[in-house]
Amino acid sequence: MRYIYTFLIMFGFWILLSGKLDLFHLTLGVISSALVTFLSANLFMYEHGRNRLTTGMRFLLYLPWLLYQIMLSTLHVAYLALHPKMKDRIDPTIVTFKTILKTDIAKVALANSITLTPGTITVRIEKDIFYVHAISRKAAAGLPGEMEERLAKIFERD
Amino acid sequence: MDSFFIGIGLALCFLMLLTMHRAIHGPTAIDRIMGVNVIGTKTTILLVIIGTIYHRVDMFVDIALAYALLNFIVTIAASRYFQHHKNLLPEGYGFKHKSEGEK
Amino acid sequence: MTLTVIILTLTGIVFFYATTVGILRFPDFYSRLHAAGKGDTLSSLLILLALMLYNFHELNLANLLVAMKILLIVVFIFMASPTATHAIVDAGYESGVQPWTKKSEPED
Repeated sequence: MRYIYTFLIMFGFWILLSGKLDLFHLTLGVISSALVTFLSANLFMYEHGRNRLTTGMRFLLYLPWLLYQIMLSTLHVAYLALHPKMKDRIDPTIVTFKTILKTDIAKVALANSITLTPGTITVRIEKDIFYVHAISRKAAAGLPGEMEERLAKIFERD
Repeated sequence: MDSFFIGIGLALCFLMLLTMHRAIHGPTAIDRIMGVNVIGTKTTILLVIIGTIYHRVDMFVDIALAYALLNFIVTIAASRYFQHHKNLLPEGYGFKHKSEGEK
Repeated sequence: MTLTVIILTLTGIVFFYATTVGILRFPDFYSRLHAAGKGDTLSSLLILLALMLYNFHELNLANLLVAMKILLIVVFIFMASPTATHAIVDAGYESGVQPWTKKSEPED
């Protein structure tokens, strides 16, 4: 099953990047996508037993909210950077918290979302402990926030 | 419209020059990697703008895509390389120098 | 149409300017990464969207391909920028860079 998914994704990329739809280029595309699929399907998708399609759909619904958060965070950073007394406004700390997420892909999504939301960046993940650098006390208090619940709904509900 | 995009490209070049200060002067090696990463992102956009000005976007967008990939790989590789070099930081920037107490 | 392109591009440039000022002004490299990782993502998105709209003036296959490729760059930047930020900050944390705090400010 995962061979078919990988092949379809690789072939889509081939068509997008080559842009030619005649027989010669499509044949070359089929051959090279099949080769790449054979070599790296294990690497590309390795978790079993979940319905990928509904997960992907739910993740697409999560994106507009993330975009809104990114806009807020950029405005926040721009405000801090252009503020004349910037050093009074910031108070950086490193905070840790324990996550409830289990799968690797959900942790990756949570780490990237934390990096993109206002005032926080992920420093490192050890098993299920997150180390987060927050630029002010207020941003540190808001962790992990509603993001974790949303991601748990997306990735861990069957 | 072309002159507008030329102006935007020049503004991007100016911002890249400002970021170059961070990439050259440091103070730590990791600051330099960050400066190079930011300059690389701006270069990706500059390539698409150049393509728009010359009316050859179909060619330049491929170069921009390759540049974005290379930029990402360079950043990952360089930061992995510096991860275990604890002595590269200048004086007064690490835990180590502070605990030795030279002040 | 043209007005939308101009507004999006100028907003992106303003955010890029704020990011650059942040990179130059913030006191330590953790906070500089806040500016570098976030400002770049949104302003790249805005400028690339504007360029996509500008290049998509009539509907044919070549224009559609160019628009899709620019969209691919946007998606890639969205995945790559937080990951690169994370890699850099992890390298800094491992090699023991002290974060700037209010207490560590020298008296001068």
